[in-house]
Amino acid sequence: MSTVDKTAIPTGDEMAGMTQEELARLGARLDGVELVEYGPRFEADSPAEKRAERQVAKWFLLSAASALAFILIFVMWPAGYQDPFSSRQWIYALFTPLLGITLGAAILCLGIGVMSIARRIAPHEVAVQQRHVGPSADHDRRTLGAELMDTLDKTGLKTRRGVLKTSLLLAGGGLASAAVLAPIGGLIKNPWAQGKDSELWVTPWKPAADGTLVRLTMQDGSFVRPEDLATGSIMTVFPGVPGGATASDAAVMLFRLRSNEPIRVRTGQDGFNYGDFFAFSKICTHVGCPVSLYEDQTGRVLCPCHQSQFDIHDGAKPVFGPATRPLPQLPISVDQHGYFVAVHDFIEPVGPGFWESFQGSTPWGSHPEVQPQPKPVFPPFGQLPKENS
Amino acid sequence: MSRLTTSTKSSGGLAAVLPKAANEADERYRAAPGLRAAMNKVFPSHWSFMLGEVALYSFIVVLLSGVYLTLFFDPSMGETVYQGVYTPLRGVPMSHAYESTINISMEVRGGLLIRQIHHWAALIFIAGMMLHMMRVFFTGAFRKPRELNWVLGVLLLVLAMAEGFLGYSLPDDLLSGTGLRAVSAFVLSIPVIGTWMHWAVFGGDYPGTIIVPRFYSLHVLVIPGIILAVVGLHVALVWFQKHTQFPGPRKTENNVIGVRVLPSFASKGGGFFAVVFGVIVMISGIFQINPVWNLGPYNPSQVSAGVQPDFYMGFLDGMVRVWPDWEMRNLFGHYMIPAVFFPSILAATLLMILVISYPAIERRFTKDNASHNLLQRPRDVPVRTSLGVAFLAFYVINLINGANDLFALKLDVSLNVMTWIGRIGSIVFPVLAYMVTYRLCLGFQHHDRDVLEHGIETGIVRRSPTGEFYEVHQPLGDVDEHGHAIPLAYQGASVPKHINELGAAGRAVPGVWSPKDTSGTIDYGHEESAELSTGRELTRD
Ligand code: HEM
Ligand code: FES
Repeated sequence: MSTVDKTAIPTGDEMAGMTQEELARLGARLDGVELVEYGPRFEADSPAEKRAERQVAKWFLLSAASALAFILIFVMWPAGYQDPFSSRQWIYALFTPLLGITLGAAILCLGIGVMSIARRIAPHEVAVQQRHVGPSADHDRRTLGAELMDTLDKTGLKTRRGVLKTSLLLAGGGLASAAVLAPIGGLIKNPWAQGKDSELWVTPWKPAADGTLVRLTMQDGSFVRPEDLATGSIMTVFPGVPGGATASDAAVMLFRLRSNEPIRVRTGQDGFNYGDFFAFSKICTHVGCPVSLYEDQTGRVLCPCHQSQFDIHDGAKPVFGPATRPLPQLPISVDQHGYFVAVHDFIEPVGPGFWESFQGSTPWGSHPEVQPQPKPVFPPFGQLPKENS
Repeated sequence: MSRLTTSTKSSGGLAAVLPKAANEADERYRAAPGLRAAMNKVFPSHWSFMLGEVALYSFIVVLLSGVYLTLFFDPSMGETVYQGVYTPLRGVPMSHAYESTINISMEVRGGLLIRQIHHWAALIFIAGMMLHMMRVFFTGAFRKPRELNWVLGVLLLVLAMAEGFLGYSLPDDLLSGTGLRAVSAFVLSIPVIGTWMHWAVFGGDYPGTIIVPRFYSLHVLVIPGIILAVVGLHVALVWFQKHTQFPGPRKTENNVIGVRVLPSFASKGGGFFAVVFGVIVMISGIFQINPVWNLGPYNPSQVSAGVQPDFYMGFLDGMVRVWPDWEMRNLFGHYMIPAVFFPSILAATLLMILVISYPAIERRFTKDNASHNLLQRPRDVPVRTSLGVAFLAFYVINLINGANDLFALKLDVSLNVMTWIGRIGSIVFPVLAYMVTYRLCLGFQHHDRDVLEHGIETGIVRRSPTGEFYEVHQPLGDVDEHGHAIPLAYQGASVPKHINELGAAGRAVPGVWSPKDTSGTIDYGHEESAELSTGRELTRD
């Protein structure tokens, strides 16, 4: 309920006799506002008033000057890009800061000026306004409720007319579902539509349909031979197929470990290495960042995103951090030309985990079982043929 | 019919045109009473009430600068080979999105400034919202009747964080790709529907070719539209429910004390908009942000060390970093929930629900169903204040966790140690923060009561004839016949603690080099506390 005193509204004649300030105060009172203190801050034409005016004007002048500076710099500054080794680099490097400072100052000073109008020029006031607390007036509440209920009653929706109500609900529900489906429906796609060939199961390392194995390549597309890696080093390699270097699940770290290091491999993955060469997916099994820092001494690789660490000497199993699954190992060998190839695709999903990833099974087709293939008989490491091109 | 304004001087110019125009308008729209009520609206003032304004105004700056960027930005993942002015990247294949972002930065005159304004304004927008939210929380401004505005506020924060992430992903550079990769994995990790959701969002496997265009329409149209609507509702509710105020002289639950929209509040607010705008522009000119040309286009096999998301995503990244390698396997035979689901999706959702429902939770426990228009001082509500600080402690420790590699590097400690500090700290620090804050609140309360009972410590130590030392106190209220202070009741308002706050030191004379002539200033006698101190003797107590 309103706690505001009803202010009597004066007649036209009475208002004609009121001063402007009296009318202004009346307006405030009609809106429930009492001006406890209200009046000029300074006596007219006093030194204090002049000083206040000067202070505000100073900000506006500063603003105008900054705006002018901004315009001049924007139009005249030689702003073209200069590379870092050029002697004119500083001219380029200063352009944006100068624009920011001058434009910023122009806006800022205008703002301070306008704010100080409120603080220094506008009349001093302490206004008290009454709040309307609590719910609306009793009669408003009751009549509103009654009107609503009356509408329901008169249309019979409150009690009778089951058919009407049910059919209306059906129409509403149907339309709502259609409205949700229309925009969402087009977005839905079955990630497993290709069954065993679904994108989450296969990577570009999968041998071509005719059985051609995929070669390991460097970023620039050149093939990799065992002699390209020094002992104890690592190289990032990509599948030698179109788009292989930018595919999100294809990057692989190729390690050449020291022969004297005791290396353990995961069960069922013996022979995935080629001598001292081991290839592991570079895509972190946590969230999919490229694992990148290799510590040769401990045989650990570190993922820079959330610091998971994997032990290359022990099947690339996670040894610290939030990652839970080892980096999948790519089975590699060397073809008759002496280039590294992938013998077959990874035998487990690469990268971040998902609902179906654990044992690789979905109602639409599981992760392809990789048949234990006879290892192609290629010359053993050390007796590679020379490149014949 | 009377006229809207009675001009005192019947000179020409504005004074003649305004009343006429006003009459013409009112004959059509009958706007006089509504307009007058709007002009007469009273707003209380306190520095902390400006935090919401900072958020609002920086949002406007974001909108303006964003519209400008759309004129040049090309949201396409189609490939092109860069041939622009930036020599280090010439000949590098990249997406149109990345190329056009570089062009905005290097070739559009002043474009880099606008890009940096857009990014800085977005950061200040979110930081402003967070501070505003803390003000609302610690003063109890979310209590009945303002619960809905709290909920809208949390929604705005979440929407803005999403909007910021979408924007950050658009340039398609190495950093944005790294963030996008993480979100792709978060989506994938959702139980049962994760892969399906990923296919719906990305149109297939990560990254696909449609995500940038999709994010673009969300970023420039859908989310800003929703934010704008919710901001409108949020501000409208403040307008109609009227602003809260801190307790103080004359202030009650049933009134608002402050200044009216006209003559003062409008110019205060309008001027403050320009102040926020100007400061953002200056910051954006001086401090480089997101120099996308440095790291090159996105490539899934590359990452730069010390990758950092924008600050508002930091705590999420921190939780993801310190969550141990716990995941759920063998669900229903052969399904699993990957570890990353728990911190990124589950914890984030739970935190959001917790924050949204805080007003309801508090009402449930306090059984306080009354409407409140007077704010509380944080010390007077120790449980709430301590809960808030505990939450902040959790937030901050995870923000630090989000940069734990940088801390490890700078502090020269092992990464693994930093991770363990983060794991244990996420549990221990909030508890400690709660206990310390609770003690502090009680301590502050006691001190307030002490001053109200005995007066302010003056620092003057005297010795009585019996040899006893005592400190002289300045009572705030009346004294009894022995000169002892008559205890005053605590009113929820700030209590002066220093003798200077009573005006004992007088006022500073204005003027930097020489005193300024201030004659002609009209004194409205505003020193409330001076009132209290007049005519009181220093007493022993
Ligand atoms: C509501 C809050 C908004 C936030 C928090 C936000 C945030 C961001 C961020 C962080 C970026 C990355 C900028 C960079 O460093 O390059 C960005 C880019 C962009 N934003 Fe926004 N934005 C918002 C609203 C808008 C609106 C309303 C528009 C357009 C109407 C817009 C248009 C753009 C465009 C075109 C880009 C890409 C251009 C570029 O990256 O340079 N933004 N946004
Ligand atoms: S992505 Fe590698 S640790 Fe998270």
